[in-house]
Amino acid sequence: MNVDETDLPGLGRRKDFMTASGRRIGVVEYREGQTELIVSTWDDPDTCQASVPLTADEAAALGNLLGGQRIAMQLSEAHREIPGIVTRQFSISAESPFQNQPMGKACIRTRSGVSIVAIMREGEVLPSPGPDVVLHPGDLLVAVGTQEGLDTAAGILRNG
Amino acid sequence: MDPLALTLIELGAVVFCLGLLARLAGRIGMSPIPLYLVGGLFFGAGGLVKLEGMHEFAHLSGEIGVILLLLMLGLEYTASELVTGLRRSWQAGVLDLLLNFLPGAGLALMLGWGVVGAMVMGGVTYISSSGIAAKVITDLGRIGNRETPVVLSILVFEDLAMAVYLPVLTATLAGVSFLLGLQTVGISLAVVSLVLVVALRHGHHVSKAVHSENSEVFLLNLLGAALLVAGLAAAMQVSAAVGAFMLGIAISGATAHSATRVLEPLRDLFAALFFVVFGLNTDPRSIPPVLGWALLLALVTAATKMVTGYWAAKRAGIGIPGRYRAGAALIARGEFSIVIAGLAVASGVVPADLAALATAYVLIMAIAGPLAARFVEPLVRLLRRPVRRPAFRTSGPA
Repeated sequence: MNVDETDLPGLGRRKDFMTASGRRIGVVEYREGQTELIVSTWDDPDTCQASVPLTADEAAALGNLLGGQRIAMQLSEAHREIPGIVTRQFSISAESPFQNQPMGKACIRTRSGVSIVAIMREGEVLPSPGPDVVLHPGDLLVAVGTQEGLDTAAGILRNG
Repeated sequence: MDPLALTLIELGAVVFCLGLLARLAGRIGMSPIPLYLVGGLFFGAGGLVKLEGMHEFAHLSGEIGVILLLLMLGLEYTASELVTGLRRSWQAGVLDLLLNFLPGAGLALMLGWGVVGAMVMGGVTYISSSGIAAKVITDLGRIGNRETPVVLSILVFEDLAMAVYLPVLTATLAGVSFLLGLQTVGISLAVVSLVLVVALRHGHHVSKAVHSENSEVFLLNLLGAALLVAGLAAAMQVSAAVGAFMLGIAISGATAHSATRVLEPLRDLFAALFFVVFGLNTDPRSIPPVLGWALLLALVTAATKMVTGYWAAKRAGIGIPGRYRAGAALIARGEFSIVIAGLAVASGVVPADLAALATAYVLIMAIAGPLAARFVEPLVRLLRRPVRRPAFRTSGPA
């Protein structure tokens, strides 16, 4: 993947690339630290259809969503041979009772049989997180288990 | 009435009116500069209301306004941005200079204003308003566009060209002999290069000297340094504005960003007063006779900026709509055209008509520039054949 980096004198820096569908997508990083998501229009890759200002949290959450999707796809590929095993992602919302708590406190494996195999945080992957990893709002948990187990785990993370 | 009371009342009324004008400008989405100029015309010599009490203060404020405008122009780009900008876009920059300096200079010669007048009017038509351009690009959501770096690097080049042009202009206006003029230009070129090298290698030292975590201390340091450097530069016949500009370039990194934040309100106040003072010194009755020339000059130099932007964007591999957008973003002229005309008028060696022409020209361009930038895109779309939306490419069963 070839990401273009272009200086914007006086403003900051643009990082973008061309997608297979012919649209340019990327971010503008301002000198003052803000981030903007940019998407080009379908008929003119030079112009922007949307430029969405993102806070640091939002940018991290978006990065996790996109990165998490890939990990989940790879995992479900790996588990395809085992019937009954499903991969799912849970995001930790700001209302979650376990935000800023160690993950072990939720006792997910004991209560639902589901394993948390990775946590996506700010665009980075924490593989096989231990029970003492503290959950942050915006984290994306990649979970593997049975369909019912995953439903239970979702309930635990939402309601405690 | 007590002269102090009179001064305060006049100043208060003027600043208050400027506030109303700025609000009006914001409401209709245009740059406040033309409104400030009109406000100045309204109050000034031959205008409807005469202001005598605040003259001295307004004059000094105008000078400080120029210093702050140039200081912040220097702060806008870091030394490394200037150097890479120069390396990457010098061809477009030279084309920009030729295409846009010549119409102004030519008209001045035609009107019999001599070499000095040509030098001034060339500068007035050459320099785009980086303030208006940046605002237009932000307001229209074009920061992520591919042609935007092209536009910005042309503005960066103009920025550097100012560093050479202003000392040359000051020397010409002072009427020094050719040899002495060369010497002044040589000195200022050497100073420009020296400042760039210092800013690139040791910019953090300069930044450290003025920086402070306390915003009050920081503001006083900055303002003191700017006025000192500007004054010293003026004493050395290099123009106060250039001194402030060089200081702005030498301050770099995080210090430059916080300096911009700290200075912005002061710049807004003093620059507004500068535009008013310029308007004050222009007799509104002198504008109608030159209005025809101003319109002609506006048409020609709007076209030449369009060509500049089109050509530069084409070289950068931008599609046709983007080329027109790049050209239109450069059309606006504003604060620096008035700064140049102001320097010339203050020296008293140019005819009064020049101030009137520059005022009328900037009034037109500061209003027409953003409008052109906004409407060029739909216009180009309308003129080109409509493109059919391509079928969305999907893989696998849809």
